[in-house]
Amino acid sequence: MPPLTLLPFEKPIADLQAKLEELRALSAKGEVDVDAEAGLMEKKIQAMRQKIYGDLSPWQKVQVARHPQRPYTRDYLEALVPDFTELHGDRLYGDDRAIQGGLGTLGGRRVLILGTQKGRDTRTNLECNFGCPRPEGYRKALRLMRLAARFGVPIVTLIDTPGAFPGLESEERHVAEAIAVNLREMFTFPVPIVVTVIGEGGSGGALGIGVGDRILILEHAYYSVISPEGCAAILWKDRAFADRASEALKLTAQDLHQAGLVDEILPEPLGGAHQDPPAMARRLGEAIGRHLDELSRLSGDELLAGRYEKFRAMGVYAEEAAPAETAPPEDADAPPAEPAD
Amino acid sequence: MPFFRKRTYRNADGKRKDMPGGLWLKCPSCSEILYKRELDDNLGVCRHCGHHFQLTRDQRIRCLAEPDSFVEFDTGITSVDVLGFTGTDSYPDKLAGNIRKTGHKDAVSCGEARIGDHEVALGVMDFSFLGASMGSVVGEKVTRLFEHGLERRHPVVLCCASGGARMYEGMFSLMQMAKTSAAIARLNAAAVPYIPVLTHPTMAGVMASFATLGDAILAEPGALIGFAGPRVIKETTQQELPEGFQRAEFLEKKGLIDLVVPRSELRATLARLLDFLCPSPAAPEPV
Ligand SMILES: [Zn+2]
Repeated sequence: MPPLTLLPFEKPIADLQAKLEELRALSAKGEVDVDAEAGLMEKKIQAMRQKIYGDLSPWQKVQVARHPQRPYTRDYLEALVPDFTELHGDRLYGDDRAIQGGLGTLGGRRVLILGTQKGRDTRTNLECNFGCPRPEGYRKALRLMRLAARFGVPIVTLIDTPGAFPGLESEERHVAEAIAVNLREMFTFPVPIVVTVIGEGGSGGALGIGVGDRILILEHAYYSVISPEGCAAILWKDRAFADRASEALKLTAQDLHQAGLVDEILPEPLGGAHQDPPAMARRLGEAIGRHLDELSRLSGDELLAGRYEKFRAMGVYAEEAAPAETAPPEDADAPPAEPAD
Repeated sequence: MPFFRKRTYRNADGKRKDMPGGLWLKCPSCSEILYKRELDDNLGVCRHCGHHFQLTRDQRIRCLAEPDSFVEFDTGITSVDVLGFTGTDSYPDKLAGNIRKTGHKDAVSCGEARIGDHEVALGVMDFSFLGASMGSVVGEKVTRLFEHGLERRHPVVLCCASGGARMYEGMFSLMQMAKTSAAIARLNAAAVPYIPVLTHPTMAGVMASFATLGDAILAEPGALIGFAGPRVIKETTQQELPEGFQRAEFLEKKGLIDLVVPRSELRATLARLLDFLCPSPAAPEPV
């Protein structure tokens, strides 16, 4: 594995690492014994990392979520679903590599698992379109989820996309409709659905596979209605204000958890998921398995009613008390799910 | 793009009074000079070239519903600055300005109305209110509109226009896409018809939710309709966009829009479609 790319705000770590390398070089020449000093330096690096990662700004988190060595969907599939059997294509137009999915076993449970996929280099990025799905990606996801629902297989989705692909062919094949149909249909599958934002949750393109009974998010992942750059371009007329936009949009896992829009934050290894992908995968697998077990105790009707109520309660507004009837509470916590009519 | 807006003001007694703005305006499409009153009488359609100007809510309701049949509900819901948005300008100020400008509390009005012989749940979105962007209020009112139609088994007609999500409400805004789509799933299961009418412009988050989930999707001539804006597409992909790209007629050819309907025929077309979909109009509810 190539050395990990350091992000701009990790410069203090880079400086310490450079010193450590110097020490090691000296040691290799046998000029001095630096074991003790190197150990100290490693502790310093660790402490620096703790300091930096204990207080990341929203914009810094966005950068961690976009780290080029961050584990992607396929990495988690490899780690968690040893018998993953990919199913290709939407049976309408093509096979979009920006969304990949199939059947497999996760911690002993059979699942339909799918997610958005980014590339690591030019070739794979072109193949996966930088993680930006076209309509056929969403329609493939729909086909696979319908298959799962028919055979009573729980659905697991992993989200890591800058957004749906904004291109001529996306519009000609109606990407908006493809996303909308997924949103609607995901409220009709009577099997558990566990959604996890593992990196970037880019707007409608993320939500298009993002309706579920549980929404999990990694500690440094983000989920936003618009990209920080896009928001900055509109409000500040300059994409360079993406840091300010990141703050304003309240897009971090912590903000979303506080707002009640996600159910659980999965802690990342110190320095981000890319510092220890196997550990991150174990934690993700454990969390998904735990939620699937909980959800498996509910009937299909209970799942659908609960899913409806979960999203029905999302939104904050003020409402004048209507005369002659009691006003509903302003976006209070959802009442316990009632069975659908 | 300039468009004609008929301002309505409320007097102390709550009655609306139309205030004349300029008496004349220029059609952005054919450049003919139009007499404002004549344009009004023609439902905001240029009599030279057929260009469809944007309408106010009141004009839109007059155009879609049988005369005096619209009774608005959920009028007391207002947006709040849930994120305490720290941008270049304040969200509460934006809201206040748009409330003053339009005389309405947010970007959609919903109610009961009659179209032909059908009692319908009717919603109209108003682009002049913050680009009819969808925040919690729009999402909630649209969801209640669907739920209202479902409860009474009244078809739902929703006149759409929107620039997309309301950034100022962050992820609460995005989640309205899921919430409104969930309500449509229930309408579909109960076989209660839902017909969106897409007007200029209908984009982004509204397109990727309730605007494209109709049993039939109608659109006004020339309306810009799509997911990503043309400028974003050009900047991202450097693609040359074909003539008429993302216009209603283009999308009818490409298979998304069922029918492009001139404004003057909208009400009759809706009534006819509803006649087909619900042949025995809802009888008065048993007492
Ligand atoms: Zn004209």
